Amino acid sequence: MTELSAPLAPSTPAREETPLRIFMAEFFESRIATGALVVLLTIVVLALLAPWITPQNPYDLAEVDVLDARLPPGEAAFAGYTMWLGSDGAGRDLYSAILYGLRISLSVGITSGFIALAIGMAVGLLAAYAGGRIETFIMRVVDLQLSFPAALVALMLIAILGKGIDKIILALVVAQWAYYARTVRASALVERRKEYVEAATCLGLSHGRIVFRHILPNCLAPLIVVGTVQTASAISLEATLSFLGVGLPQTEPSLGVLIANGAQYIISGRYWISLFPGLALLITVVSINLVGDHLRDVLNPRLKR
Amino acid sequence: MTLEVRGLKTHFLTRAGTVKAVDGVDFSVGPGEIMGLVGESGSGKSITGFSIIGLIDPPGQVVEGSIAFKGEELVGAPEERLRHLRGNRIAMIFQDPMMTLNPVLRIDTQMIEALKAHGTTDKAAARIQARDALGLVGIPSPEERLHAYPHQLSGGMRQRVAIAIAFLNQPDLIIADEPTTALDVTIQAQIIHEAQKLCRGSGTALIWITHDLAVVAGLADRISVMYAGRIVEQGTVDDVIDRPQHPYTAGLLGSVPSANKRGQRLRQIPGMTPNLAALPEGCAFKTRCGHATAACERAPDVVEAKARRIRCHNPLSLLEVGA
Repeated sequence: MTELSAPLAPSTPAREETPLRIFMAEFFESRIATGALVVLLTIVVLALLAPWITPQNPYDLAEVDVLDARLPPGEAAFAGYTMWLGSDGAGRDLYSAILYGLRISLSVGITSGFIALAIGMAVGLLAAYAGGRIETFIMRVVDLQLSFPAALVALMLIAILGKGIDKIILALVVAQWAYYARTVRASALVERRKEYVEAATCLGLSHGRIVFRHILPNCLAPLIVVGTVQTASAISLEATLSFLGVGLPQTEPSLGVLIANGAQYIISGRYWISLFPGLALLITVVSINLVGDHLRDVLNPRLKR
Repeated sequence: MTLEVRGLKTHFLTRAGTVKAVDGVDFSVGPGEIMGLVGESGSGKSITGFSIIGLIDPPGQVVEGSIAFKGEELVGAPEERLRHLRGNRIAMIFQDPMMTLNPVLRIDTQMIEALKAHGTTDKAAARIQARDALGLVGIPSPEERLHAYPHQLSGGMRQRVAIAIAFLNQPDLIIADEPTTALDVTIQAQIIHEAQKLCRGSGTALIWITHDLAVVAGLADRISVMYAGRIVEQGTVDDVIDRPQHPYTAGLLGSVPSANKRGQRLRQIPGMTPNLAALPEGCAFKTRCGHATAACERAPDVVEAKARRIRCHNPLSLLEVGA
C-alpha cells in the first residue's frame, strides 16, 4: 500500500518538475554551454540594437565617406567618431558594418532554418505516419537531395533564380529541408510504434491529433538539436555564397560580403577588413554549435543520468 | 448481449503463408460480465481483442465471421464509425503502463483529450470528470495527480490512470490486454479488485486477456481458453478451473506452481505451441496431448453441454467415466 499512501511531498509541488525545468537545470550545468549561450545572446542583442548603438549606418551612402576608406583600427573617422575596428575599402566603419551584417546573416539563417524545419517536419511526419509508397517516394527525394552538397544545391538555385535576400533564403531552405525531414522521420518511426500511440488510436483520436499532439512532441528533442546545428550551417552557407559573390548585394553587405571585400587587401597588410567580420562569423557559428552540442547531450535520453 | 463474436477468423496473409492467428472464435459477453480470455503467447488472444476494436494492421485482416456490438456489426464497419466507438463505447487497457501514457503530456491533458474526442466540449467539466475518474480507481489526492507527468507516477499508479481513462466515457465494453502482467503481485490484486468493482457498478462488460489462470480465477465470471487461434474450452470459472474437460486446460492448470507441490519438479505441457502458419491436420493440440487417439486426426467439433463448450474428441470427464 505504500504507493497509495505516498502523495507528492508538499515541499516539491508537481510544477517544479516539469520537463522544461529539468531541462533548464541540466543545460546550465555545463559552463561551456552556458557561456556559449551568453555569447550568442549578446551577439543577437547587439545585432538587434545595431541602428541605435552604431556610429554609422553602413547602408546609407550619405553616411559613408570614401575618404575614410581602409582606415586601420582605432583611427578617427572624418565625421569625428573613432573606428575601433577600422574601415573597409568603401569607407564603412567595420564595427557598424559587422553589426548590420550580423542582422542579415542571423535573420537569413534563422528564417531559412525555420521554414526548412517546418517543411521538413511536415514531410518527415507524413512519411513516417503514412508509410508505404508515400514514405518511399519522400525518402528517395530526400536521399537524392542529400547526395548533393548543400553549397552546390544553393549555388545552382541562385544561378537560376538570381540574387536577392528572398532568393538566398529559398536556396537555403531547399538545401536544408531534407536534413529535418530525415531526422523527424527517424524519430517518428520509433515513436509511432510505441504503445501510447496505439492507446491514443484506441481512444478514437483523429490522425491529426495523434500526429501533432502525441508523436510530434516526442520527436522534438532531436529536431531542436538538428535545428541549432543547421541554423549555424545556414549562416555559414550564406556567408560562403556571399563570399563567392552570388549571395547578397554589395550595397547591403552581410558578413560574407564583408570578408570577400577585405580579401583583396590582405596581401597589402590591411588584415582588419576581412579579419573582424570573419571573427564575428566564427564566434556566432561556434557558439550556436556549442549550444547545439550541449542540447544534444541534455536531450539525449541515452545520456540521462 | 453487449458483444457477440461468431466464427471470427483473423488471418495474416504473409509471404511465408497464411498465419491463422484467430481461426473460428465464438463467445459473447453481457453487461457487467467479466470474461477471461486465457492462452499461451501466440494463441491469438490479443489478436482477438484487436479484431474487436478494429485495429488489425496489414497484412492481418478479419477474413470471416461476425462481431456484433450491441447488435451492430463491426466487421466491415466504416473506419469513421469505429473511431467513434473506440475510447467511447469500447475502450482498451494495455499491458505495459510505462508505455501507454504519452511521456510528454500531463495526466489531465491526456484525460481531457479522451473526453474531448468524444463530444465533451466544456473543459472545466471535463477536468472535474477526469478528477472523479482518478478518485474512482483509488488514486489518492486526484486533484494533484492531474498535474503530474507519467514519469512521476509508479507503474501501479499509471495503470490506474490507464483504467481511469478507459472508464472515462462510461464504455459498454472494455478489452484489457494483460493489464496486470507488468505489475507486481500486490498491485495486481488491487488493480483486479478495482476493475471488477467498476464493471459491476457500471454494467460494463470486460474482456480480460491474460496468460495467468490465477488472475482470472479470482476475477472473471466465465473463462475462454484459447489454443492455436481457437477457443478449446469455455465455461464458468468454477467449471473450468475445478473440472477442466479439455486436456489443454487441464495441462495449464497442472502447470500452475503451488505450495503443496513444493520440492517436486514443476509440471509442464510437453512440446511447443505449433507454428500458426503450418497447423497440423486435425486437432492442433494432438501432438502435445496425452489423450490423443486416432479420432484426433480429424478436427474436433464444438461439444456443448450445460453452458460449457469444449472442442475435443476425448474430453477428460468422458475418459474418467470410461476408466
